[in-house]
Amino acid sequence: MNISGLQSGLTRLAQRVSSQKGRFPGASNQQPGTVSEHSRRIGLAMVSPSVAVLLAWMVVPLAMTLWFSLLRYNLLYPGESDFVGLENFYYFLTDEGFAAGALNTFLLVVSVLAISVVSGVLIAVLVDGPFWGRGVVRVLLISPFFIMPTVSALVWKNLLLHPVSGVLAALWRFFGAEPVDWLAEYPLETIIMIVSWQWIPFAVLLLMTAMQSLDQEQKDAARLDGAGALATFWHITLPHLARPIAVVVMIETIFLLSIFAEIFTTTGGGPGYETTNLAFLIYTQALLQFDVGMASAGGLVAVVIANVAAFFLVRMVGKSLTDKA
Amino acid sequence: MSDLTIKNLKKGFDGTEIIKGIDLEIKDHEFVVFVGPSGCGKSTLLRLIAGLEEVTSGHIHLDGQDITDVAPAKRNLAMVFQTYALYPHMSVSKNMSFALSLAGADKAEIERKVKEAARILELEHLLERKPKALSGGQRQRVAIGRAIVRHPKVFLFDEPLSNLDAALRVQMRLELARLHKELNATMIYVTHDQVEAMTLADKVVVFNGGRVEQVGSPLELYHHPLNQFVAGFIGTPKMAFLGGSVKAADASGVTVALACGPEYCLPLDGSALKAGDRVTLGVRPEHLQIAAAEHSPFKVRLDVSEHLGADTYCYVRTESGELLTVRAPGDFAGQFGERASLIPDLAHCHLFDADGRTLPKPGASARAA
Ligand SMILES: Nc1ncnc2c1ncn2[C@@H]1O[C@H](COP(=O)(O)OP(=O)(O)OP(=O)(O)O)[C@@H](O)[C@H]1O
Ligand SMILES: [Mg+2]
Repeated sequence: MNISGLQSGLTRLAQRVSSQKGRFPGASNQQPGTVSEHSRRIGLAMVSPSVAVLLAWMVVPLAMTLWFSLLRYNLLYPGESDFVGLENFYYFLTDEGFAAGALNTFLLVVSVLAISVVSGVLIAVLVDGPFWGRGVVRVLLISPFFIMPTVSALVWKNLLLHPVSGVLAALWRFFGAEPVDWLAEYPLETIIMIVSWQWIPFAVLLLMTAMQSLDQEQKDAARLDGAGALATFWHITLPHLARPIAVVVMIETIFLLSIFAEIFTTTGGGPGYETTNLAFLIYTQALLQFDVGMASAGGLVAVVIANVAAFFLVRMVGKSLTDKA
Repeated sequence: MSDLTIKNLKKGFDGTEIIKGIDLEIKDHEFVVFVGPSGCGKSTLLRLIAGLEEVTSGHIHLDGQDITDVAPAKRNLAMVFQTYALYPHMSVSKNMSFALSLAGADKAEIERKVKEAARILELEHLLERKPKALSGGQRQRVAIGRAIVRHPKVFLFDEPLSNLDAALRVQMRLELARLHKELNATMIYVTHDQVEAMTLADKVVVFNGGRVEQVGSPLELYHHPLNQFVAGFIGTPKMAFLGGSVKAADASGVTVALACGPEYCLPLDGSALKAGDRVTLGVRPEHLQIAAAEHSPFKVRLDVSEHLGADTYCYVRTESGELLTVRAPGDFAGQFGERASLIPDLAHCHLFDADGRTLPKPGASARAA
């Protein structure tokens, strides 16, 4: 997993949360004039190196991408780099792949989120009680998360789903059915399944640990109040999990917006544009058509989309994160 | 009516017996306080009564009906937990109405009951708040309110005031006493606080190691402890114990030679003792008097004193090294290291035999037999 990506994503979200709500203690409580000019300058001097590095780290690539997106810059035609204004954006947005890519990205993110959160909650609740072999079961549940996306996609493609030699095909044949060529017939659904398989453990991990902080006396009190298993789940457990679920949704969204390896190893975006998401579309533009200008424009569009998504996410779930329980 | 009867109740966890056979009767409207050292099984017994734990053997009856295997919610009991266990995402009124709405009660009815409980507990202006926006005492009241709205036959409290500061504890103690009168309810109350036990209880049950040591009114336990454990457990500061041996004993008195020197003749029934038996003399701080060194054969040396204003608790060391507490007047001026002597109030001393049993007053054993 891309750890630095996760971190920067989180910091960005945190910044956004704080700037929106103005709830960060420093931001809201500090009164002007309480910190002396001198110590403020020292503070500035102390943080400036890291701020400078961060700025360079973010601003330079962004500026370059911005600049490239305004050029006709194709590696097949070296030496030619005219300024073409917003032409790249126009072509990218009107490309037939864009609408499909946007829709697929949306479908992929939403379905994987739904699947992983729902099964994550159910699994976390199921393995919360004591049973024989719980430790082993928990480790097994989490282990898919540690497998590289490329590897897991290959395992799914060649060992499980292969229409001739796959495990599922053998199972189908055992029951006398015709084996299904999953990746050809249900390409997007299959990718959703593979990605969900990878991300359920993440949800389980977070929610399982959250379950352990659920106060036993609260459950006892609910039992005395006459709540059965279902009512306890609905009125006590689920509200308790609201915050970790919000965390799962946020982090998963960041990563799911840029799913690439699974698509690359299994379907290559096809058939047609059926499994092409925005990340894959940009890849095809940049590296299959060698059009750096267009790919940069696509990248910027993706950044805008990701930020719009993050904005609404923070609107929706950020509140439960900043609310102190 | 709400009479609770517990018969030979036992409970073990993974083979170790925690509750070792308890028989107890709790009458309607009684305020019963459970006390005992940490880990003796008070909370476990309370959870057994509530139905949160399954009994290993024995029976619990409520109003003649066997509720040993009845589901917790159907037992008509309400419990207030030490940590309050409020539902954090629900408002105060939702917290209180949760049980009723689960039971499918009528909306107007629920609202009436919540209003009523809020009035009794003075929570009316807080009904829409979430628990996190409440103070400790307010949370405590919400937890009690959650119990009240169900009109249970028996209230169970597990150290409900232990998380509060001293001033609030006194206030909540008074409110609980008032509540008990106002609701006319049967209450079972676990506490570590002697003052709570003595002030609130109609009946105190002293536990030790999963067994009941003694049951009785607070003053009965104070004046007539059945054994050395109860004598040492009830009363603050603790009763002091002095080792000694019997010089002479008959049905009207016992002469004891204490290890620290003096000899006393106590008006107790010593017919079961013979000369030379080891005994322990128990005397409370309030039944000792400090005198000048030559006034009494009970010689001591003063240790530190604690001045509380009205009283002074003065620690003294006997010649055989035992440490006693003496309750002296507030203006007591003894200095550390000074020599003094003690005059015990023999009518209020207790004598325990080698097994820790209290010797009866003369004539008491005849009445018992
Ligand atoms: N679920 C459990 N599993 C195993 N042992 C338990 C369990 N619950 C309680 N015990 C044990 O039972 C004993 C009594 O516990 P309990 O909580 O009833 O004590 P207590 O009298 O309430 O103590 P305290 O005054 O400290 O609250 C303890 O030794 C405890 O370790
Ligand atoms: Mg306890």
